[in-house]
Amino acid sequence: MDIGLIAQQTVNGLMLGLIYSLVAVGFTLFFGVLDVIKFSHGDMLTWGVFTAFSVYLGLTLIGLAAPVLILVIVALVAMAAIGFLGAAIAKVLIIPLKGAPPLNTLLITLMLGTVLRESIRLFYPDGANPKHFPALLPDWSHSWGHFTLRFDNALMLLTGLLMIVLVQLVIKRTKLGMAIRAVSQDEETARVMGINFNLVVYVTFAIGSALAAFAGVIYVLYYNELSFNMGLLLGAIGFSAAAVGGFGNIYGAIVGGFLFAMLQSIGAAALPFASAYKDVFAFGVVIVLIAVKPTGILGEKETERV
Amino acid sequence: MSEPSRTHASLLPSVAAVLAGAVYMVFFLAGESQMVVFGLLVGAVLALAAFKHWRVLDAVGQSARDHQGPFSIVVVAAVAAVCLYFYDDAFVLFLLGTVLVYVLTCLGLNIQFGFVGVMNFAGASFFGVGCYTAAVLTKHTALPHLLIIVLGGLLAALLGFVILIPVLKTRGHYAALVTIAFALLFKTFLEVNDTLGGPQGLKAAGLNLFGWDVGRDIAIGDFEGSFYLGYIAVILLLAILGFIMARRMEDSWIGLNMDAVRLDETVSACFGQSIPRWKITAFTIGNFYCGVAGAFYAMMLGYIAPTNFTFGDSLILLSIVILGGLGSLWGTVVATGIVIIIPEKFQVLQEYRFLLFSALVIAILLFRPQGLLPRPLRGYRTLKSLPGKS
Repeated sequence: MDIGLIAQQTVNGLMLGLIYSLVAVGFTLFFGVLDVIKFSHGDMLTWGVFTAFSVYLGLTLIGLAAPVLILVIVALVAMAAIGFLGAAIAKVLIIPLKGAPPLNTLLITLMLGTVLRESIRLFYPDGANPKHFPALLPDWSHSWGHFTLRFDNALMLLTGLLMIVLVQLVIKRTKLGMAIRAVSQDEETARVMGINFNLVVYVTFAIGSALAAFAGVIYVLYYNELSFNMGLLLGAIGFSAAAVGGFGNIYGAIVGGFLFAMLQSIGAAALPFASAYKDVFAFGVVIVLIAVKPTGILGEKETERV
Repeated sequence: MSEPSRTHASLLPSVAAVLAGAVYMVFFLAGESQMVVFGLLVGAVLALAAFKHWRVLDAVGQSARDHQGPFSIVVVAAVAAVCLYFYDDAFVLFLLGTVLVYVLTCLGLNIQFGFVGVMNFAGASFFGVGCYTAAVLTKHTALPHLLIIVLGGLLAALLGFVILIPVLKTRGHYAALVTIAFALLFKTFLEVNDTLGGPQGLKAAGLNLFGWDVGRDIAIGDFEGSFYLGYIAVILLLAILGFIMARRMEDSWIGLNMDAVRLDETVSACFGQSIPRWKITAFTIGNFYCGVAGAFYAMMLGYIAPTNFTFGDSLILLSIVILGGLGSLWGTVVATGIVIIIPEKFQVLQEYRFLLFSALVIAILLFRPQGLLPRPLRGYRTLKSLPGKS
């Protein structure tokens, strides 16, 4: 295999890894504050993409022509809307179930994911069919031999990495981040210290969901296609990535996301069987990894063993 | 069970309830227009609410619990009677057969989830293993079909061993992840695998038992019935066997130990229970149920494709278990009927069924987490030595 192809696969893998990481960071944030898995996360991403698409249609309808401006508005509106939706879901479905067995929350959000997915399929105009999303970034590119670096890919990668760094800074350096970390460590002590627990939960869910919408916009810019069930697999992959990295650990989520993308790339390019088996391979490795490291590579904070 | 001095309830209320249910089913299944079906549905909800208000339902439940054996026989007879009533209506019979197939599958999932607490998000995958086993074996071998059905179950149980180690080593969310990943992996595998038919799927031969071709219409004297009657007889038998086995397990020390493991792993380990042992037992038996049901379903349907074994289908199976009530075997039976029959009769709903059932499960988890027919407290009144004493 020549070096150009490898470079191409690497860029592809990095893009996917970035998207998976963004989704996985959401999972891990939710797990941090409430010890719950919100499985509808992938479908929040779908909703983000469809919001973005609708806003795009609306903007072109009123005659806005500057693609970059459209993109910025589209991304911001999608993130704000999905962030709000995430907080609302936390209020209505997640917090009321706080005392119930944790798997109930997993189930309820799985079902919520189905509700979100199906409502797009049934109620969005022509929602059952895939749609085309236009390329809103300029299509400059530069070639080295067989390897073509597209400007928009590089820009997306950069923005995505900046976003991860930003979230990391918010968590580590701000007062809000300190509150989030306090709640993840010990809810009751955090309350005693005067932290508004519910507010922190809402804000965390808003941040995580907005990240999902952001990941969705990047995904749809990269693949130029959106469909109602795109979120299911992305959600499952994000969940796997967060679990493989270790729930509650942001670095773990990032490592897990890029690891999963790497596995897919290896499965597609470097292994002897057909590339269609790449997901089979990647999920298989995830199962093995979980068997070897039951609380993820970077490990959850505490485990109780008998 | 709470008041020891309580007298034995009479069998009558439960028998009356079963009869009313059977008559209702006949009307519901025979209902042609959507209005009639809808009216019957609303009527049922109102009637149930009224009965609950007048405490009729409590009496029925008590009587059913006190006479489990006779009650079960009456239910089976009622199901058989309903099937015979529709002896030449292929659609209704196929529907009833499907319900029984799903009853068997969900009983298996209930053993896993309701008894031991192992959540299996890959139920449809293990069901699919049974289906594909049946399709491949009926095509390429001359094995007796009854053996193939058993083999379907065994293969599903065997494939379960593949993810057994991660399921045992992990807990909670990590364990859920393992089965979710397996379900996604399995479906993708089926879709890209050409030897198993890829997305088009496979044909499966009809069931043939000891020379009796079940796939042929039945004619005894003047009586001519659809061939589905034969299939229903077989699956009814399988479902009864599965039910009895699950009930026996629940009533025995095995069920007691499983309950202990589910309720608190740490404590039961301290009392010397082997947690892996009970998890393996339940997981394997549950997958065996799924595989057997799948193998039979492939033969009844004659055709299988990967779209039947998606993650969404696994979720529907789990919804049935939760809707009925965790660990409640009769609850599973009732919930399967509701979940399978209503959308089929209500064509308007067919399109919306994933949406509605998901919303229904959310509502159940929020407002009635114990399910429609909650599992009663363990009481050993069924043992012959105890009646009246407990």
